[in-house]
Amino acid sequence: MINLSLKSLNQGLLEKKFSSVELTQFFLERVQKYNTDINAFITIDEEKSLAQAKYADTLIQSGKQSLLTGIPVAQKDIFCAAGWRTTCGSLMLDNFIAPYNATVIDKFNQVGAVNLGKTNMDEFAMGSSNETSYYGPVKNPWNHDLVPGGSSGGSAAAIAARLAPAATGTDTGGSIRQPASLCGFSGLKPTYGLVSRFGMIAFASSLDQAGPMAPSAEDCAALLNVMAGHDEKDSTSINHDKEDYLVNLDQSVKGLRIGVPKEFFEEGLDGQVQQVIEEALNTYKKMGAELINISLPNTHLAIPVYYVIAPAEASSNLSRYDGVRYGYRAKEYDDLMDMYFKTRQQGFGEEVKRRILIGTYVLSAGYYDAYYLKAQKIRQLISNDFKKAFQQCDVIMGPSAPSVAFKANEKKSDPLAMYLQDIYTISTNLAGLPGMSIPAGMVNNLPVGLQLIGNYFKESQMLNVAHAFQQETDWHQKVPKGVI
Amino acid sequence: MEWDIVIGIETHVQLRTHSKQFSGASVAYGSEPNSQACLVSLAYPGVLPVLNKAAVDCAIRFGLATDASIARRSIFARKNYFYPDLPKGYQISQFELPIVNHGKLTIITKDQEKEVRILRAHLEEDAGKSLHGIVQGKTGIDLNRAGTPLLEIVTEPDMSSAEEAVVYAKKLHELVQWIGICDGNMQEGSFRCDVNVSVKKKGETKLGTRREIKNLNSFRFIKQAIDYEVNWQIETLEDGGKIDQATILFNPETGETRAMRSKEEANDYRYFPDPDLLPLEVTDAMIDKIKSTMPELPATIAERFEKELGLSSYDALELTSSREVTNFFTETIKFGSSAKLSANWILGSLFSQLKENDLSISSCPILPAQLAALIKRIEDQTISNNAAKKVFDALWQKPASEIDGLIDELGLKQISDSGAIDQIVDEVMQTNISMVDEFKSGKDKAFNALVGQVMKASKGKANPTQVSEILKKKLIN
Repeated sequence: MINLSLKSLNQGLLEKKFSSVELTQFFLERVQKYNTDINAFITIDEEKSLAQAKYADTLIQSGKQSLLTGIPVAQKDIFCAAGWRTTCGSLMLDNFIAPYNATVIDKFNQVGAVNLGKTNMDEFAMGSSNETSYYGPVKNPWNHDLVPGGSSGGSAAAIAARLAPAATGTDTGGSIRQPASLCGFSGLKPTYGLVSRFGMIAFASSLDQAGPMAPSAEDCAALLNVMAGHDEKDSTSINHDKEDYLVNLDQSVKGLRIGVPKEFFEEGLDGQVQQVIEEALNTYKKMGAELINISLPNTHLAIPVYYVIAPAEASSNLSRYDGVRYGYRAKEYDDLMDMYFKTRQQGFGEEVKRRILIGTYVLSAGYYDAYYLKAQKIRQLISNDFKKAFQQCDVIMGPSAPSVAFKANEKKSDPLAMYLQDIYTISTNLAGLPGMSIPAGMVNNLPVGLQLIGNYFKESQMLNVAHAFQQETDWHQKVPKGVI
Repeated sequence: MEWDIVIGIETHVQLRTHSKQFSGASVAYGSEPNSQACLVSLAYPGVLPVLNKAAVDCAIRFGLATDASIARRSIFARKNYFYPDLPKGYQISQFELPIVNHGKLTIITKDQEKEVRILRAHLEEDAGKSLHGIVQGKTGIDLNRAGTPLLEIVTEPDMSSAEEAVVYAKKLHELVQWIGICDGNMQEGSFRCDVNVSVKKKGETKLGTRREIKNLNSFRFIKQAIDYEVNWQIETLEDGGKIDQATILFNPETGETRAMRSKEEANDYRYFPDPDLLPLEVTDAMIDKIKSTMPELPATIAERFEKELGLSSYDALELTSSREVTNFFTETIKFGSSAKLSANWILGSLFSQLKENDLSISSCPILPAQLAALIKRIEDQTISNNAAKKVFDALWQKPASEIDGLIDELGLKQISDSGAIDQIVDEVMQTNISMVDEFKSGKDKAFNALVGQVMKASKGKANPTQVSEILKKKLIN
């Protein structure tokens, strides 16, 4: 059951091979067995999950099911789910029970999917190794000494260890794609505005986007079918025509123009990873695609720009955690100011505080023009690079991350080294473009992800291109030793 | 030394919408604390703002009413600061690109027209309230008001006295109600003014350092606060002191102002465009649609009064100072009384009685129909202007009276019968022979004295025009 696609699970449910309750129980037992070690989940609530499964079984019985009905989905703990503790990986929200559903959660509920639990993550989604979580680091199922990547590290480890058949993540600078690369599965960050941000706890509002995480591109397509859609509760949500991301999966990639940006293969990229990526590109060539050398000349500016814009927005987004209305409040304090200071000092971790400080600094009078405004201008230049590139090609490909999974604690005390993990993913967030990571090979028995970048709202095409690769290769079906 | 006073006003106008600026929560006043605080008002994790289109319509209405330019693209920004009644830790406001720019409002002071320039008007959300003293030693927070839609209207420093400032504030107060964007309730905080005051030596072109008096919610306080502040600034400067830029509060009980925070302590609000909201796009079609629902504006009506009714521009502006006054006037002339006389009577006797009795025109005891009837009796010479004043005063005391009955009752009916006047003139000429002689020997003044005697003899009821004519005829013959 653990290596079945979402389509096959759906088939099993329809053919009564197993019920949703049995399926949910099966995965809950796996979570029980492995989570102490891997730490992929922050909150598990068997009662709630099984109640949803029971309801799903009645839907299936009465023929009102759709593809995801009855299927357990692990939800990143950044999505508010009514009645569920929703921590965002922070002591600040340790006691926070969400009183409402995020739109993404609503959509899964509407089709009768089962919430399997809330997955671990870097605190407020700030991190690339899942080491900033208040709830402790997540282990990479391929090697427990290594990090799973971040910030959606819990969802990533859950998929890799097959503790859940599907999961959600969010991606502000690479938080779906980098862990997908490091843990060896498929993860998609949609076009900004395709999936509603309502109820998704904000890190950097102009960059945050939720997306699916699952073994295959086909699974991701099935999940995206549920997640995508215009939402009046999110003013930045785009009114894009509803698409069925499953229908174009089997199209041929013959004649597909793949842009290969030279800037993604320069200094900083691990040689062995580069080899894997080049092999994957060759596979596409063999399948009839055309490789075109392109340039994204402002790539080197993506990280500096990101680390101005994202902290600026975060510093403001996180102001609401002040101890006044909900969440953590320092136990002892002298007056209002003291309460603010102590609450935020104690309630936030180091990385979050670092970014609040950076953000506050770049927005300050006298620095705003030099940092924030300039960063916004460069952001436009980065978008223009892509616009030009997509005149020459249909999809862009390169590595998702500069290396395979790295050791826990290796980069923890070196923020800059950590930030470089997202060097290939960040520019798509800045441009608002969709991006995807799929397993492309292994280095030292560790997965390597191939990144696909599509043009705006070309998720369908991107998923088709990814699916074609997964028809030729079986990297996406590889699982860590000891998992089965 | 002589000083120039320079005043600019920022007014927070609470917009008359059903729901909040960025959420569906109600904005009804006076509800149980926090009963109107939805998840957005409470700034729960994950919630997002959605702009209330009705508030945008209000801003456009204001722009149209003040002949302003309406930005086709404006931006919502975040104003960041920490305070318990500000749940998000930032206020959403328009900073660099507001929706309304460069409007104007014409006011009249000391019988003169003056144009006050409106620099900008922008949309923003209100904060909540801190409640002290409900629980001993603790502060409560009521977030019912948090997120209430406001239009902040900022003038250029165009006013030069407390009187002008008050006239502007009143005019603005009337206008926002006239165009239906604000209920005007100052007690409930629907209309609050921040007043920037500075002084400079007479004729000096450079502006002095200004201090901002916060949150004045009555016209009387605006006057008192400015008067106090101006005196304080002048005294300080004349004593060789210097003014520091500051935000100050007015204490209505002592009538004094005191500094709240100085510029050195001023917050750095770290404004930046709110990434949760797209730029606000206003199309010509939106503006045209709103235009078609705009009431005729006071300035347009005033112009019409001047052109069509021949009123002076001063009278026309005064008669359009509020919708109620305009209605009273138009109702009155509908009954057929002369426009000029009606204007005189409303702006004269009626206004002074209202003022004396501290009444607004909407609670005036005299009805337009009655005033019109009174004026018609002047026009048809039934009563003299002086007699009409007596009738008016009597009517004020007994508002239900019928005009002709009242004139009879008071015995004020004018004598226009030439036979009767003839007789009185003869009598007066006989008893005042010396005056008649004086006139005949060339002293013209004696003529007026004789008219006075005739009027006196008729107890004021004789038609003065007729008296003059008859007297003249008899003296010359």
